[in-house]
Amino acid sequence: MSILVLAEHDNAHLKADTAKVVAAASAIGGDIHVLVAGHQCAEAAKTAQALTGVTKVIVADSAVYANHLAENLGKLIIGLSADYSHILSAASSVGKDTLPRVAALLDVAQISEVIGIESADTFIRPIYAGNALATVQSLDAKKVMTVRSSAFDAVASTGSAELVSVGDALDARTEFVSQTLTESARPELGNAGIIVSGGRGMGSGENFAILEQLADKLGAAVGASRAAVDAGFVPNDLQVGQTGKIVAPDLYIAVGISGAIQHLAGMKDSKVIVAINKDPEAPIFQVADYGLEADLFDAIPALNNLL
Amino acid sequence: MKVLVPVKRVVDANVKVRVKADHSNVDTANLKMALNPFCEIAVEEAVRLKEAGIATEVVVVSVGTKAVQEQLRTAMALGADRAIHVETDEELVPLSIAKLLLAVQQKEQAQLVVFGKQSIDGDNNQTGQMMAALADMPQATFASEVKVEGDNIVVTREIDGGLQTLKMPLPAVVSVDLRLNEPRYASLPNIMKAKRKPLDVHTIADLGVTLKAHQTVLKVTPPAERKAGIMVSSVEELVEKLRNEAKVI
Repeated sequence: MSILVLAEHDNAHLKADTAKVVAAASAIGGDIHVLVAGHQCAEAAKTAQALTGVTKVIVADSAVYANHLAENLGKLIIGLSADYSHILSAASSVGKDTLPRVAALLDVAQISEVIGIESADTFIRPIYAGNALATVQSLDAKKVMTVRSSAFDAVASTGSAELVSVGDALDARTEFVSQTLTESARPELGNAGIIVSGGRGMGSGENFAILEQLADKLGAAVGASRAAVDAGFVPNDLQVGQTGKIVAPDLYIAVGISGAIQHLAGMKDSKVIVAINKDPEAPIFQVADYGLEADLFDAIPALNNLL
Repeated sequence: MKVLVPVKRVVDANVKVRVKADHSNVDTANLKMALNPFCEIAVEEAVRLKEAGIATEVVVVSVGTKAVQEQLRTAMALGADRAIHVETDEELVPLSIAKLLLAVQQKEQAQLVVFGKQSIDGDNNQTGQMMAALADMPQATFASEVKVEGDNIVVTREIDGGLQTLKMPLPAVVSVDLRLNEPRYASLPNIMKAKRKPLDVHTIADLGVTLKAHQTVLKVTPPAERKAGIMVSSVEELVEKLRNEAKVI
């Protein structure tokens, strides 16, 4: 039994999510191979070779894979699939885009956002915005699944896997036009130890400056609720929740966030939750370990002074 | 250009579901049901394409029990021209739904299929991608902007870290994200009009699709409860607790 893991990378760097998916693969048990598909992705492949438990890194290096388009990436995985009983990726935008295509072409059902491995064919996944956990047994010969990386701890980097290249470059009808990425010196939301999140209560985009100051003092990432994104305070890739990023940091500080079901779905597995809100009835206080009923415009500057 | 929009009936987004005592499933009896919010955005986008003179007809389709006709009527009240109901009492995995939708797409020869990116009950985020794969069509998932330019479609997608723009030839599949548009409300006259719009009912058999079993749900359990926290009275106390009790800063 062998497992194929689709690496998550931006060509130059392997993302920490890959080490977490490898941890999930290790829990299934078997030979673990990592596929690094991209353009000029030698550095990412090198980092993947070191992941503990990985025995082989398969590199598909071509300009056609530069932007991780689901169409050709899916076909590439199908071409490799004969040797594998399990095909895994992170439940990232690339994984969610690509793996359902792979599953459909293999005529197997996909299991999304796996948070627990019971056995080689039985997995646990959240449904209804995390308000229920389903234990699902797959009847398919091949298991195709995306893994919620916040539910697994990254494997160490003590290995030295062999490296092989695949030659075929598969073109896509889809044409890449452009990309705009949010530039930030702060840690990535998915891998931050501390996250400071703001909601509608922030009032404006400019007011997020005080949260950014707090984040910088704590070495934290900045997140947001849907209300803050919809109001245009911050870019959408900062959204934490059912349809945004799912995070589980050591400390999550929710500022001016009421705590709607959809937001809680993205952060309620955080180790310690702090809520700062002036509404004592806000649902966020029901999941917060430490709640402070206060006006955030008084509390956050005071907090910044104390840290 | 004909646009096909698959829609799903789900528990209303504001309802917090409970797991049944026997752990067989979540209890959805007597809960408020609604059109999946992402499907609503998909319908809105298709209707806007029609209003812009790009789409000639908007067809909505749903797979499920007789009750889904209620959501198909809602979609028609929002501006869809007609509806197709694929009737089944079985709970189907996204792959099976995708196979049924493919049969409908081929029957209708729709050039563009607009999906919601995920349903808020199953949280699978699969069906659109699967139908695209089965149809061998290009796909643009998590769309926040859609523009049709002749025989091509240009889509801006929400990806981890920012936005990405792709261009692809039609026929194609698009799945929509929250930011794409603000769905309209159905007016009373439109709700009345929707009652007279055509709604065709099909069975799985008459679509000529054979489905197979893919997975068994062994149990559905409630997530671990977080134990109640404490309220602190000042910022000083909060910092002290985080430093010395929780030891997280």
